[in-house]
Amino acid sequence: MTATTTAPMATSPVRAMRQPSGRLRAWATRAPLLPALVFMIAVTQLPFVATVVISFFDWNALYPKARHFTGVDNYRQVLTDTDLRHSVWTTVLLTVAVVLVSLALGLILALLLDRRFRGRGVVRTLLIAPFLVVPVAAALLWKHVLYNPEYGLFNGLLHYVGGPQPDWISNTPLLAVEASLVWQWTPFMMLILLAGLQSRDQQQIEAARVDGASDWQIFVHLTLPHLRRYLELGALLGSIYIVQNFDAVFTITSGGLGTANLPYTVYQSFYQAHENGLASAAGVLVVIGSIIIATFALRVVSSLFREEVSRA
Amino acid sequence: MSAVAERVPQKTRRKGAGLGLVAWLLGILFFLPIAWMALTSFHSEADAATNPPSFAASLTLDGYREFFGTGGGASPWPALTNSVVASVASTLLVLLLALPAAYALSIRPVKKWTDVLFFFLSTKMLPAVAGLLPIYLFAKNAGMLDNIWLLVILYTAMNLPIAVWMMQSFLAEVPVAVIEAARVDGARLPTVLARVVAPIALPGIAATALICFIFSWNELLFARVLTGVVAETAPVFLTGFITSQGLFLAKVCAASLVISLPVLAAGFAAQDKLVQGLSLGAVK
Repeated sequence: MTATTTAPMATSPVRAMRQPSGRLRAWATRAPLLPALVFMIAVTQLPFVATVVISFFDWNALYPKARHFTGVDNYRQVLTDTDLRHSVWTTVLLTVAVVLVSLALGLILALLLDRRFRGRGVVRTLLIAPFLVVPVAAALLWKHVLYNPEYGLFNGLLHYVGGPQPDWISNTPLLAVEASLVWQWTPFMMLILLAGLQSRDQQQIEAARVDGASDWQIFVHLTLPHLRRYLELGALLGSIYIVQNFDAVFTITSGGLGTANLPYTVYQSFYQAHENGLASAAGVLVVIGSIIIATFALRVVSSLFREEVSRA
Repeated sequence: MSAVAERVPQKTRRKGAGLGLVAWLLGILFFLPIAWMALTSFHSEADAATNPPSFAASLTLDGYREFFGTGGGASPWPALTNSVVASVASTLLVLLLALPAAYALSIRPVKKWTDVLFFFLSTKMLPAVAGLLPIYLFAKNAGMLDNIWLLVILYTAMNLPIAVWMMQSFLAEVPVAVIEAARVDGARLPTVLARVVAPIALPGIAATALICFIFSWNELLFARVLTGVVAETAPVFLTGFITSQGLFLAKVCAASLVISLPVLAAGFAAQDKLVQGLSLGAVK
């Protein structure tokens, strides 16, 4: 996959002047870049090419002799298999729910933290903490310490008010996974949106206030339009990370109770079922989904980047 | 800002205090699971698993003793050591590769440097799981399964785009005029890098390193598939707690907390640059 964005050529005059003329000097300029570039292509792009190739073979690792070319059969199977189709749907639901909820919560928190109040730094630190718990540890925390129907904190607190004692994970498995992810990803959204809020034009806001605009009017007409791109960025980056989520699904439900998403299914179909061809086809589908999101993400990053470069 | 604050009428200020209180409450609410995890880790197993919860139970280090293997379970030290090796070595390798690349994308840019930058970014958007199978097959044939250095290579590739992006933006902050002036004064390139570029870019490089460290430390999927008993990392060790094993809550909490501690420390240290790293350099 290559960059599809038309990137800006924002070479400053000084920098342009320093472009070397000779072919040798051009290579001397390029040389520092090459190790990183070659390394990236070898480790991340070549395996993906191999995945595409394998996805056209009927290949079960337990029967290596029976390996043969099947064309698009694996894709047909992935797209018609009810389990796999379900995992596509689960991936979409999980990603959309987690991204939207954590974005909304992140926005509220960012707006609150954008104001001055006593102990703002402490509150910011408290809010970032969930994002800095190792994902597996966070999933274990939710699974055993919070959700456990017998001794979990949720039912413990419900006990005080005489509430019911539900078995959270069995009753609402997908929601259970989503809640733990929302807890971890809300700080991420908050940080991005907070950065957006703090890059607002304060003079413009002050001018609007002097002209008698209310807080609500300022929010709707100035803050929200300014935040739009930061909201998009948060949503897209969050989608890219959460589409790939493996840790929470693996830990909280082990892919059971209808919570298997695509990464978990890919993992399972080759690690447990040894179906290399099917796993690769599913993997390619994950990539196609990601490319769709990534195209939009690159566009947003590019527009923010262009602004940075022109501001510099 | 202070001039603005003085002009704010009394009513708005009271509303501001109320909203500050709301922020505090939400902050505490989000932190509560972690606080509860920390408290539970210091309880005895019997006190940890009560309903209603025993908030005021006596404190003990038994959970930590259990976790560190003195209670007879598997020792976490090999896994922790592996995680340190994988995270530190891959972070160093990332810096080694990313610094020259960032230099060629900012201070002395190649032609079409923005295209190269976006190529790095686009590789980050390719889901890792899609390359998992070929990497597994390659490692199996090359005899590199259950080898921590395989993870070092993979984590380096995983973090390289983030590092290149972040460092490009930090190096771009070094004013070209200062570099030019130093060179006109006869300073050679190594001197310019050490005396002019490094002091300005160093805090950013440190933050980049911390963020790469966090991502490597957290990684589960590759570690789970590609390692076994020898090269197992800390997150893989934690997956041993997925199925309940009787009374083990204090131990789980102690384990989760100990393994998260390096990330919490690195994250708080890099707090200001965290956004920039996570947004792949798009937000400053």
